[in-house]
Amino acid sequence: MSYVLGLKCRECGEKYPQKGVHVCEVCFGPLEVQYDYAAMRGKVTRESIENKPRNLWRYRDLLPIDGEPKAGLYSGCTPLRRAHNLEKVLGVKELYIKDDSANYPTWSYKERVVSVAITKAIELGYDTVGCASTGNLANSVAAHAAVAGLKAFVMIPHDLEQGKVLGSLIFGPTMVRINGNYDDVNRLCSEIADKYKWAIVNVNLRPFYTEGAKTFGFEVAEQLGWRLPKHTVCPTAGGTILPKIYKAYKEFIDLGLVADNAPKIYSAQAAGCNPVVEAIRAGHDLIKPQKPKTIAKSIAIGNPADGFYVVQAVKESGGWGEDATDTEIVDAIKLLARTEGTWTEPAGGTTLAATIKLINSGRIPRDESICVCITGNGLKTVEVVVDQLALPTSIAPKLDAFDALMSTFQTQPTLTSAKIPAGV
Amino acid sequence: MAVKIRIPTPLRSVTNGADMVEVQAGTVDEALKNMCGQFSGMEKRLYKQPGELNRFVNIYVNDEDIRFLNNLQTPVKDGDDISVVPAIAGG
Repeated sequence: MSYVLGLKCRECGEKYPQKGVHVCEVCFGPLEVQYDYAAMRGKVTRESIENKPRNLWRYRDLLPIDGEPKAGLYSGCTPLRRAHNLEKVLGVKELYIKDDSANYPTWSYKERVVSVAITKAIELGYDTVGCASTGNLANSVAAHAAVAGLKAFVMIPHDLEQGKVLGSLIFGPTMVRINGNYDDVNRLCSEIADKYKWAIVNVNLRPFYTEGAKTFGFEVAEQLGWRLPKHTVCPTAGGTILPKIYKAYKEFIDLGLVADNAPKIYSAQAAGCNPVVEAIRAGHDLIKPQKPKTIAKSIAIGNPADGFYVVQAVKESGGWGEDATDTEIVDAIKLLARTEGTWTEPAGGTTLAATIKLINSGRIPRDESICVCITGNGLKTVEVVVDQLALPTSIAPKLDAFDALMSTFQTQPTLTSAKIPAGV
Repeated sequence: MAVKIRIPTPLRSVTNGADMVEVQAGTVDEALKNMCGQFSGMEKRLYKQPGELNRFVNIYVNDEDIRFLNNLQTPVKDGDDISVVPAIAGG
């Protein structure tokens, strides 16, 4: 049973049936899935969700599929952790890490959007899927397509981190490396989607794909004991996840599953690619595209398609935007690892660094609940820390040698030796 | 010789299926306006109002986003290639 009514243009309201179409033929606006929320009342409940298996499909009533899920049966339901150590370091009362670096099987939030898109691709009769990707999406598409028996074409910028490249190739997709940045890849994929009859998950399946990102927000709410954090900080690249987390919160509020605590949502970007944060600061919703220059490659999108909706959600919620330099990003990666045992990629470092700056500037009060959205895994981006972590000298397998080494250590590393980004 | 405009799928219902339109023009704005003159319904798809494109319409001249050039006033010459590309999601 599905509550989906069809697709509707977010800009002009034109309606479409469910198919592989992503932009409105009338005004070019993005299409969004429409649900029959009235029919959900009394049927989609805390209990109905709690009784479903522990994967992202426990929220299937609020996802755009008609039949049974065909991908991601082990994805989602990642840890939401109280971060006591980080609370002490940052001087805040209640801090949570929603940790999609542990999302299965390819360790990023992309499992959520891909699980929905692959299921929809099969429902719509496609035999080939593809994507334009900064790495994580390609990994996820390649893995889920392999399981589902679909052909996969993943298109990526030529200069991605090795972990992200191998993390796709191992699953056997056709990989196309493109001499350009993500925005160039994106544009090419838009033309490929026109010419080839493939399901390019973030192009012609975008309306379905983006809905999967809501499960991040649903999980935060359920795992917090059916309540919402007051402040949620989320990285922004193309602009998919932030508005969808906010939408997830609002859907749960509207269905009466959580109390309305007027949640605020905040966008985090790298200083070397911050078109959305710039727009938030300037107080307008026009996104001026940029040429990205940052180590945070997974969020280096200079022309974010849904940037406008990020600005809108941030503004509506009363949140804000903040950016982080490459140095701050790496420092925050190390801080998170050394306080909470989570190794995230630069996108996660960006989010934590921005959170710290938002706390220090007083935008986020220290005595209210805060959720930091960690969307990717550091093992895929070893390049960004390899120069920062000196390889220890090796010693002979003798106790004397060990004793000599110990005598060179001034102090044992402690919790607070983790470098805290400037301004704390 | 003329300026070529590549038409994406969502706009081909307006161009009777054509994926390429040729126009004479000195700027991007002139090129798009000339195309709008040829096909009814094109203008409201591209323009919010004269001089302002709809929010989700991206225009490229020879592979460069016009927002890095001179926006709608970006000059074009014979043989230049204009692409109309809808915005797509991140990855």
